[in-house]
Amino acid sequence: MPPIIITVKTMSDKILLAHGSGGRLAHDIIRNSLLPALSNPVLARLDDAAVLEPAGRLAFTTDSYVVQPIFFPGGDIGKLAVCGTVNDLAMVGAVPHYLSLAFIIEEGLPLSELEKIVYSVKEAAKAAGVAVVAGDTKVVNRGTADKLFINTAGIGTIPDEVDISGHNARPGDMLILSGTVGDHGIVVLSQREGLNFATELKSDCAPLNGLVAEMLAASQNIHCLRDPTRGGLATTLNEIAEQSDVSIRIYEDKIPVREEVSSACEMLGLDPLYVANEGKLIATVSPDNAKKVLEQMKKHQYGRDAAIIGEVKEENPGRVVMKTGLGTTRIIDMLVGEPLPRIC
Amino acid sequence: MKLVSEFRQSGLADGLVRSIRQHAGKPARFMEFCGGHTMSIMKSGLRQLLPPALTLTSGPGCPVCVTHNADLDKAIALASLPDVIVASFGDMVRVPGSRSSLQEAKAAGADVRVVYSALDALSLARENPEKSVVFLGIGFETTAPTVAASILQAKGEGLKNYYVLSLHKLCPPVIKTLLDSGEVNLQGLICPGHVSAVIGSRPWEFIARDYGIPCVVSGFEPLDILQCIDMLTRQVADGEARVEIAYRRGVSREGNRTAIDIMDRVFEPAPARWRGFGEVAASGLKLRPNFARFDAEANFDFDPGPTATPKGCLCGEVLRGVKSPDDCTLFRLTCTPTNPVGPCMVSAEGTCAAYYHYGEDDVR
Repeated sequence: MPPIIITVKTMSDKILLAHGSGGRLAHDIIRNSLLPALSNPVLARLDDAAVLEPAGRLAFTTDSYVVQPIFFPGGDIGKLAVCGTVNDLAMVGAVPHYLSLAFIIEEGLPLSELEKIVYSVKEAAKAAGVAVVAGDTKVVNRGTADKLFINTAGIGTIPDEVDISGHNARPGDMLILSGTVGDHGIVVLSQREGLNFATELKSDCAPLNGLVAEMLAASQNIHCLRDPTRGGLATTLNEIAEQSDVSIRIYEDKIPVREEVSSACEMLGLDPLYVANEGKLIATVSPDNAKKVLEQMKKHQYGRDAAIIGEVKEENPGRVVMKTGLGTTRIIDMLVGEPLPRIC
Repeated sequence: MKLVSEFRQSGLADGLVRSIRQHAGKPARFMEFCGGHTMSIMKSGLRQLLPPALTLTSGPGCPVCVTHNADLDKAIALASLPDVIVASFGDMVRVPGSRSSLQEAKAAGADVRVVYSALDALSLARENPEKSVVFLGIGFETTAPTVAASILQAKGEGLKNYYVLSLHKLCPPVIKTLLDSGEVNLQGLICPGHVSAVIGSRPWEFIARDYGIPCVVSGFEPLDILQCIDMLTRQVADGEARVEIAYRRGVSREGNRTAIDIMDRVFEPAPARWRGFGEVAASGLKLRPNFARFDAEANFDFDPGPTATPKGCLCGEVLRGVKSPDDCTLFRLTCTPTNPVGPCMVSAEGTCAAYYHYGEDDVR
């Protein structure tokens, strides 16, 4: 598997099955149009594997991106793949360094769209300070993939003093959310065929490693970090409660939700707490450090709307409960199945 | 008011709760007919705010839930025919019928598509001229006009491959059946908001007049429902029974004439089978003879097989308001949202799903 992204420019402006077969033309294109976008010393060697020399404890993650549509307000599948992978590394307190990207392309994808996505990858990698050091491309028959799927892997290193895990939330910890929930999921839904509705919302898709670095600089008492992607805030909180064997109490009126998001959710019969985010994190922080961390987060572009939304408790481990705006209490369960719009 | 945030202000809620407590006297049971209300009540934890004398009971107002297994089997049989696309609202796809579900039929090769409105099903018919598209017409008076409009449009366009399996149901007749059964003793009815937006509040007047039960049409925000409960509580305290509207922004006494007319043009009342109630006269809608060529039931040859109901499932009793999900031995154990035994656990408006997700017994 060559450590490169292969695409081919021919007379056709669409990806053909033949583009998956490699060959001289493919190699010319890698050198002429892809390396300039993504190049770095490791990738430029074009060896069969990237040779890396990281120092310290390694964090290693993999993820696949199948978002539909592949372009959406605020990003595209390329930006999403980079940010998502970087964020997974950042959530264990790692400094992300290297990514691999494997593209699975449906025959017929316009070449211009692929190039636009490669450009997004470049920009997102630059913003996150990571290098794409390995890659692969496959072309599959029309109908056997939906335009473009991207699989990634990411490698980062964890500073010695950092110990962050979903298992580490402790009773008494404050729960900090880095900003509004539901933006990404609603943007993507709004673009779906058969559901198009107009919104000025943009996906929150962003790399969070910079924000995490600032938070860690403010306090070493950050116990747990998570990015609430699919399944939304509710599902992620349930995961933390389960992994750390604690309960979590949140306050509805403290959770930042954009008016557009809550209106769209109301219309579609969804709950913003279950809608996906791609540029948000939740942190549990020891109570005496929470304010300091929050203030630091508010100074960062991806943490401006950060808020303390609840706390970690000991009783009823595994359970997440919410104090509602009405002053009542209810259980917040994990997402079950796909959220479907209501019919009546 | 802003659509969401201002309807959830705790200050306004406090005033209503105080008033409800002040007027509540003897024990009273109110039924929220509509599954949308049940969901909102459970999700907001609203029952925690009510005085112990007031009990809320869920009613049959969930279109997915009241769809009889025999009708569901028809949909599954239709979906299994070659060159047929069945278009359905999402919830319906997961509801288990006598032997299978649309979801399982799909996995076995049937062409089942989830749509968000009947007009999406029309688009499917236009895009697939070589196939027959059958729209699964599930819903109350709220949904039926839009389905009627899709049929009128298909007729206008001369679309030859669009069909509707009309399983629509009408709310007033089933409430009458429920009250006549004497199974539940109600002191107030929280009347459905969206159904009333179409048919108006007038069709509920017989309940106040003939049964002496106070009726208030409610919206779906927690504040709407609190206001409705407050109005019901006051009627009970004053010994009155009349129809009031706590959802003025959406509902009038006469309803939406245009919607009613479209529905009347395309459909006529017919007997319908309800889960939990059996056949209820004039509680369904079938296509009028001049629209018969859109009737899936009349135009396809299919065999839904014998009807069966899962052993132990109390969905029927829950829909009649005589049992609560907690009375069901399957609830939470065998029957969960990931592995639902009955429809009330599937639907976004199902009572069991509401109790499962937002059950509050040991929260406080």
